[in-house]
Amino acid sequence: MNELERAMLEEGRRPTIIVDDLHVKYRTFASGKPAAGSEGGLISRGHKGLREVHALKGITFTAFEGESVGVIGSNGSGKSTLLRTIAGLTPATSGVVYAEARPALLGVNAALLNELSGDKNVRLGGLALGFTPQEIRERFDGIVKFAELEEFIDLPMRTYSAGMSARLRFAIAASKDHALLLVDEALAVGDRGFRQKSEERIREMRASAGTVMHVSHSIKSILDSCTRVIWIEKGVLRMNGDPREVTDAYQENSRG
Amino acid sequence: MTNPDLAALADRFGLAPVGARPGLGSYLAETWRRRSFAITLANYRIQSENERNRLGIAWVVIRPLLNAVVYGVVFGLLLGSNRPPDFVPFLLVGVFIFEYFSQSLSDGSKAITSNEKLVRSLSFPRILLPVSALFKQIYKLGPILVVLAGLLLVFQVPITVSWLMIFPVMALMTLFNGGVAMIAARLSVHLRDIQQVIPFVNRLLFYSSGVFFQIDQVLQPYPTVLAIARLNPAYEFIHLSREALIPGIDHQPDLWAYAAIWSILVFLFGVLFFWQAESRYGRE
Repeated sequence: MNELERAMLEEGRRPTIIVDDLHVKYRTFASGKPAAGSEGGLISRGHKGLREVHALKGITFTAFEGESVGVIGSNGSGKSTLLRTIAGLTPATSGVVYAEARPALLGVNAALLNELSGDKNVRLGGLALGFTPQEIRERFDGIVKFAELEEFIDLPMRTYSAGMSARLRFAIAASKDHALLLVDEALAVGDRGFRQKSEERIREMRASAGTVMHVSHSIKSILDSCTRVIWIEKGVLRMNGDPREVTDAYQENSRG
Repeated sequence: MTNPDLAALADRFGLAPVGARPGLGSYLAETWRRRSFAITLANYRIQSENERNRLGIAWVVIRPLLNAVVYGVVFGLLLGSNRPPDFVPFLLVGVFIFEYFSQSLSDGSKAITSNEKLVRSLSFPRILLPVSALFKQIYKLGPILVVLAGLLLVFQVPITVSWLMIFPVMALMTLFNGGVAMIAARLSVHLRDIQQVIPFVNRLLFYSSGVFFQIDQVLQPYPTVLAIARLNPAYEFIHLSREALIPGIDHQPDLWAYAAIWSILVFLFGVLFFWQAESRYGRE
């Protein structure tokens, strides 16, 4: 825990997400050989066809109620992995994430089933989010309208353009309010009009959420919305503090 | 190294570890609450499969029918006068009932691996995926049984009250298939190669469960082997179905006990086994 976090705790603010020495390793097989034991260090790099990627190397921080925490870092630095792990979608290799409620990840890659039509994906996505069939019926029109897909909603998703399917995914994921909200680059979706609409929706959700974490490449949108910023590089936490200070250091660094 | 102070802090404010495996009770309760997800997914999957093929839903029955024709011709000739009496109905029941098992096994084994994107982007009890695979097979069972009944009538098997006994047999078999689907789903996450082996497992069970011959006749000279073969759950379900549907099949009441024990044990084990690895799905 750094000084800033300690100070916040002493002020009596409530922690909502605690990330404690989080490591995530991915294993990828090139040859299709089976992995013996899934834990432990028996398998290491250099084995035939096996690669290990150490995506997060010991991330520790605490987020508090009412905070909006931005996460920045270059491509492949582990930002998305961090959010997926906090949401409990990617298992941690070691370390723990504690949270007040199950954090919900709002992303553009919330995957749906491409062979099914848009309307079926809306229903299925809603059910997977935990809505009852009744609640989905009530929200259905709103979701389709938000995604601007009224004319195409009965077509299979594989026929959608990248922008169309990203819009639909976002519309489904954003149909629910969450106590802990993780937003992954969602603002980069679609054309200008849709981007503004989705930013607005995220602001609404943020107002009702306890804590928001937000991954973005846009320094402007980070500065606009975040009360604190975390900078991750190659899976290591480089800085954690005031948005201005951290983004300045980050930009300084990427300029070389 | 994790920090004990942070763990204490989390405890003080009532924060729980994310992604930790939930207790079995709350896991099952959540699964029950989300059951419509499994049902809807099964429905949509069947529809999309049907849309891909010209003949659509008809393939559900055409597949076992073609199997029955092939095995009927090959083994009908091979077995010659050793054919079981009522060979055609005997074979039809065997092939159709076996189809329910083999499809549950192969679909169940892909339940997690073919839905990886879903697993990685949304959180829900993962057991809903093998359950959904089972629902899909249950939906297909309807047409399979109807066509089987029709074919039996065509081959002059009389329709009797004992046909109703097919329902308890299918109920037990559904439990069993559900357990098998969950076990196969978890195993193929750990070891993708399992999916390559499954056709052989299917084949082995197919040949050893007396789909086209009478196990008790063929194995009569070897009582030990026969005793082992009778423990094969696939054989039990097939034989009990034949007892229900075809008159003149010798009744073996002890098979009911075996089938019931298998079904309940495999189902319970399947649930526990799948739940145990809950926090690990989506890793690789």
